[in-house]
Amino acid sequence: MTGPHTDVTVTVRRRPDISDPQGATVSRALRDLGYEVEDVRIDKIITLRVSGTPNDLNEQVAAMCEQLLANPVMEDYEIRIDE
Amino acid sequence: MTTAVVVFPGTNCEHDVVYALDSLGGDAQLVWHRDTDLSDFDSVVLPGGFAHGDYLRTGAIARFSPIMAEVRLFAEAGKPVLGICNGFQILCEAGLLPGVLLQNRDLAFICRPVSVRIESTDSVLTRAANVGDVLTIPLNSYEGNYTLDDSTYARLESDHHILMRYADSDGEVTPESNPNGSVTNIAAVANDLGNVAGIMPHPERATEELLGSSDGRVLLESFLLSAAGMANV
Repeated sequence: MTGPHTDVTVTVRRRPDISDPQGATVSRALRDLGYEVEDVRIDKIITLRVSGTPNDLNEQVAAMCEQLLANPVMEDYEIRIDE
Repeated sequence: MTTAVVVFPGTNCEHDVVYALDSLGGDAQLVWHRDTDLSDFDSVVLPGGFAHGDYLRTGAIARFSPIMAEVRLFAEAGKPVLGICNGFQILCEAGLLPGVLLQNRDLAFICRPVSVRIESTDSVLTRAANVGDVLTIPLNSYEGNYTLDDSTYARLESDHHILMRYADSDGEVTPESNPNGSVTNIAAVANDLGNVAGIMPHPERATEELLGSSDGRVLLESFLLSAAGMANV
């Protein structure tokens, strides 16, 4: 990419009311190993390099999340834009 | 009557669906996911497989394949649309069916015949069956754990759009007969109009005794019947 670009990190998390079978299994495994773990959730971190400057990106990345990166039926997302 | 069987990169059950529909008197043809015309068809099936590698989430990429805009119009026109397994996941991602399919409760890929009880005949998939019928159909999935929010669940239940539940061989819906953790054992649902249906097990793999069961026939026959007499659905 030749023009200005910005690094963006999107964290996609299952909503708290949606079960996470992977997290539950890891949680059990950790308890079996003797750790006092109450809950584990496994989230997704998506890193993007996007054309443009940080100040005009938030809306665009939110649209990406709504359209593709997250499924609003089961997931929330959090956007971090590197300044 | 001609059924479009949509093929995405990674779809792998399309020939089984064509074979099964043709053997039941239908006329099924494969349609590539980049096609954009369904005008020659009176029904659409999204078959099983791993469309676009199931990357990101099952169905997440497939819902943006060019054919899906046509499938949406088709569904909105009240015409019969059926998603089997991965096709069910795609219809959920596309918002044409409610809910979502998560990884199986025990994180195991399940590949075995299961019993399902018919809960409603108010859909293109179940109209020729009877409530209480118990069918044995192969399940073949890793993400078959159907989940939805409470208010949508209540609406589906009251509108009779929960079509099938996993049950034991006597038709009892029990926690033990739930293979994958689906909410209240749900195996198949329909949309508000009943013309779009999604089912996790594979009826096309249960259409001849030679295959171990012919219980899937009544479902595919329902679908062909719906395609033939669309106005009555």
